Order: sequence, then structure tokens, then C-alpha cells
Amino acid sequence: MNRLILIGAFVATTLIIPFVVSPYYATLVITIFAYSIALLGLNLLFGYGGLLSLGHAMFMAMGAYSVGLLGTKFGVRSFEVQLLVAVASSGAAAALIGLLCVRYTTIFFSMLTLAFGMIFHSFLFKFYELTGGETGISVLRPTLLGMPFAKLSKTAFLIGPFYWYVLALFLGMFALMALMVNSPYGLALQAMRDNPRKTEFLGVPILKVRYVAFVISAIYCAIGGAIMAVSIGAADPELAFWTQSGNIVFILVLGGLGQLFGPLVGSVAFTMLQDVLMANTQYWRFALGALLALIIIFAPLGLVGLLVRAFGKRR
Amino acid sequence: MATADLLLAALFSAAVLFLVTAGLQLVFGVQRIVNLTAGSTYAFGAYFGVSAFEWFVLRGGSPVLLLPVLLLAGIIAGQIGFVIERVLRIVYARDEAFQLLMTFAFVLMFQDLLRYIWGAQPRIMGDLPSVYGRISAFGLTFPTYNAAVIVCSLVIALVLWWFIEKTPLGHIVRATAENKAMAEALGVDTKRINMLIFVLGSVLGTVGGALVIPTTAASLEMPSALIIEAFAVVVIGGLGSMRGALFGAIIVGFLRALSLTYFPEIEIMAIYIVVVAVLVVRPYGLFGKPIA
Repeated sequence: MNRLILIGAFVATTLIIPFVVSPYYATLVITIFAYSIALLGLNLLFGYGGLLSLGHAMFMAMGAYSVGLLGTKFGVRSFEVQLLVAVASSGAAAALIGLLCVRYTTIFFSMLTLAFGMIFHSFLFKFYELTGGETGISVLRPTLLGMPFAKLSKTAFLIGPFYWYVLALFLGMFALMALMVNSPYGLALQAMRDNPRKTEFLGVPILKVRYVAFVISAIYCAIGGAIMAVSIGAADPELAFWTQSGNIVFILVLGGLGQLFGPLVGSVAFTMLQDVLMANTQYWRFALGALLALIIIFAPLGLVGLLVRAFGKRR
Repeated sequence: MATADLLLAALFSAAVLFLVTAGLQLVFGVQRIVNLTAGSTYAFGAYFGVSAFEWFVLRGGSPVLLLPVLLLAGIIAGQIGFVIERVLRIVYARDEAFQLLMTFAFVLMFQDLLRYIWGAQPRIMGDLPSVYGRISAFGLTFPTYNAAVIVCSLVIALVLWWFIEKTPLGHIVRATAENKAMAEALGVDTKRINMLIFVLGSVLGTVGGALVIPTTAASLEMPSALIIEAFAVVVIGGLGSMRGALFGAIIVGFLRALSLTYFPEIEIMAIYIVVVAVLVVRPYGLFGKPIA
């Protein structure tokens, strides 16, 4: 019941945002959705599956480059086709890499994902004819459902049609994830995280369960990256660097690991915080690092955990 | 000639990489923590080394003492490990993913700490290694400084080996790594061992950073760039194995020198393709033990 009220309040808020806040903040909301979608996937893998990836920025970059390359090199401007390619390429890459990665857990999994992430990062650097090397590529405005919206300025496009498109996409992917984590599959994944051996004895094919989480998380990240690329207007190799993978894990932990609303809350908090910090100090990384340390020590379930605790006390 | 330069460059980067990864391995072996901060302490040692040496020359010190001054600066800078360990200690009982993230929090904080103290511009020492001149042997000539660093790193490797294998304290360290609960039951103060090992690991990293600095610039990209090389060494050699750090560092050092000469730009890709190949054939690295 509470959860339904929360979702209702959230949807109502997102519906009025473009009309009440300044265009600048409305574009920040697109960044929030982009992160949220990527983190929904990462949350499945790390939050519910207990597998800490230090390479998932790679899949966000794949999404971003899919949009960029299709638009600039191949003249495919339809965002639906671009998303489809992002999903297919990241899904295929994850299906291949995952075969090796999911054989490991704990730190070995983290290091292997980091290794693949770095290979992809140097691939983006090396093949500059295709990827633009260090400077990356620019991302042209895509068409949404066949409509080019050519008359709108960039900001008007982002806070107008693109905003609604991304909102719908987010709600759909959120609902899908909510169903997934509560399905028998989601329960098997969580059981595997808590006690792999016991879960295996119960007849759960744990490798397959991990593998599916790996591929799905990659696809979510690619879609997040695709949205991010349109909002930034460019894609560069830094998107795939290992510190970026660390950053998205940070945002997830900030929001709440293994909490359905963790990705959303984390993305909102991180984006707002980074915006405020970057405007006021060049030492914003220090503040974020200190915050990460505090969250790990005092709030292992992140901001969602803190909110639940505060809410519980009042009643 | 070119091959000799290549060999020396490879051994030099292997020597520095060994110092840093020996620190990583020590900490992982005893504490089961993968310390992402290693890259940051390495950069801290580098910056600290530049400043210490500038200060030393300004006070009228002779540039000939470059190597000992840098060594000492590295050892002093490494004491930063006390602070990191004190905070890290809070999460020792927690899941290892959280410990890893805690070290990532330090990476973020260090990034701005370095920027705050030394600014965003890279810091270089100038053409200092030339004070040591070049030596010739076997009909080849090479910079004495680089050769001295390689020797220095070898000596440190030997001292480390002697410390861990031959001294009573080394036995206690190994016992703690093997079975912490049992070591505690036998009266080992594992808190102090943790502190000792972490600071030792951090000193190895800062010494590596301080020694490399006459040959390259200290910059804010140093921490994240080093971590990817150090991780490659550790994965190739096997997590927690000192011998693995040595052989891994040599392998990565050579790969790095080779690809820098023949295929610049794909340096990291070449290294990581070997990493993946090793993991496929020997999942726990060349010298690593499977962890149950």
C-alpha cells in the first residue's frame, strides 16, 4: 500500500517537473533517468546477486556509442533502432564475456570485469576511424517514433518530447525489474547471493542464474548509456574507464543496495549533490568520497535504508 | 641497441610495478582486502618525492643524493597508511565488496587531496637522472639511475622475502594470513599485524612512486593508470602471492615496453588480453591458490 502511494507520488512529480522547474534542472532529470535505468541493472547484479562489477561502464559506453555511431556514421536517426542496436550489441558482448565472468564470484569477478572494461576502453581509443579515438564522437539528435522535432532547440527537445519518452522508458523498465526481482528467478538470485552452495543443492542452476543477471544488467546499462549520450550530445572513451564503473557502483550504494528504489533515490541524490558541489567547489570528489565512506560505515542500505528507518520510527 | 633500451625500459617498469604490487599482495594475503588506494598512495609518494627533493636541493643538498632522498621521502610518505588503515578498520568485519568500495572512497578523496596540495598541473623534476650519468657494460650504455632503481627494487624484494620467511615477526604474519582465528587464539595481536602490514604495503607503494618520479611526471592521472597495470600484475601472478607479484611485474613490464615500442595506443589492451588469457587457462593466476 505504502509502496503504491510512493509510486503514485513519484509519477505525479515527474509529470509536473517540466512545467515547474527551470529547463536546466529538467535536463538534469534526464541524467537521473539515465543513471536510474543503468543502476536498475547493476542493482540486479550487485544488489540482488552480490556480484560487484568494476566494468559495467563498458556497457553504458556501448549504449552511448551505438547511438552516436548509428547517427553520425550510418545515418540511422531513429532512437528506437538505436536502442535496439544498443541492446543487441551490449547483450551480445555480455553474453560472450559473461560465459567467463560468471564462473567467478567476489573479488575475482570484480577484477575480471575490470579487465574486460579496460580492453573495451583501449579499443575505443585505438580504433579512431570508427570511434573518434580520445575525442570521441558527437551524438546527433535522434528521431522519436519517427518524428524529428527539427523545429525545437536542443533544450526544448530534451525537456519536451525526449523527457516524456525517457520517462515512459524508465517506468516500463522499472516495472519490469520489479516483476523480475519478485519472480522465482529473482528469489533464486537472492538465495544464490546469500548461500550459493545451499541454493545449488536445492536444484537452482546458479551459473545460469548469474549469467542471466549479467546479461540483463548489461542491457539496462546500455539503455542508460544511450539516453545519457543524447542528453550530453557526445560519447567519449572516458565513459568506459574503470573509475566510471566505480562511480556507478557508488551511486547505487548511495541509494540503497538491493533496494528496488535504490537506483532512483541514488541517482536523484547523486545528480543533485554533484550539481551543487561542482558549482561551489572544485574539490567535489573529496566530498563524494567522504560521503561514500560515511554511507558504507553508517548506512549499508543507503539512503533508502535511512528513509525506511526514519519512517518506521515515526509510526 | 634498441633491444637493450627495450630490455632496460621493461625491467625498470617491472621494478616499480613490483614494489606497488608487492604492497597490494601483502595486504590481500593477510587482510583479504583488494586495496584500490594503492594507485593513490603511489601517486602521493611521487608528488611527495618531487617536493622533498626540491626542498632538499633548496637547502643546499647535493643532487647526487637523489636516490637516498627519494627512498626516505617514500618511506615517510608511506606513513599515510596509518590514517587509511584506521578508517578501513571499521569495515573489517563487513562484506569484502564494501571493503573494496571503501578503498574506492579513498581513491576519490586522494584525487582531490593531491589536487589541493600540488595543483592540477603535472609536476616534473627536470633532467635529474642525468646527474648519475650513464654507465656502459657489455658494450651497451644506459642511464645509471634506472639501473640503480632496478637494483634497489631487487634488494627490497630480497629484504621482504627475508622478513616474511626468516624472521619471527614474518612467521607471525604468515600464520595470520593462513588462519587468522587460530593466530588470535595463540595470542597474536592481529590488530597490530593488520596495521603493520597495511602500512608496509603503503610504504612499498609510496617508495615505488618516489623512485619513478625522476623519469616521469607526477600527475593526477597516475592513480587510476597505475591501478590498471597493478591489477594486471596481480591477476597474472595470482592474488596474494609475492612470487606472483615478481613474475607478474616482469611480464607486464615487458608487455608494456614491447607495445610502447611497436604498437603504442594498445598498451593496455595488450596487457589485458594476456590477463584474460591467463584467467582462462589458470583462473587463480600463475602462482595463486584457489580460495574456497
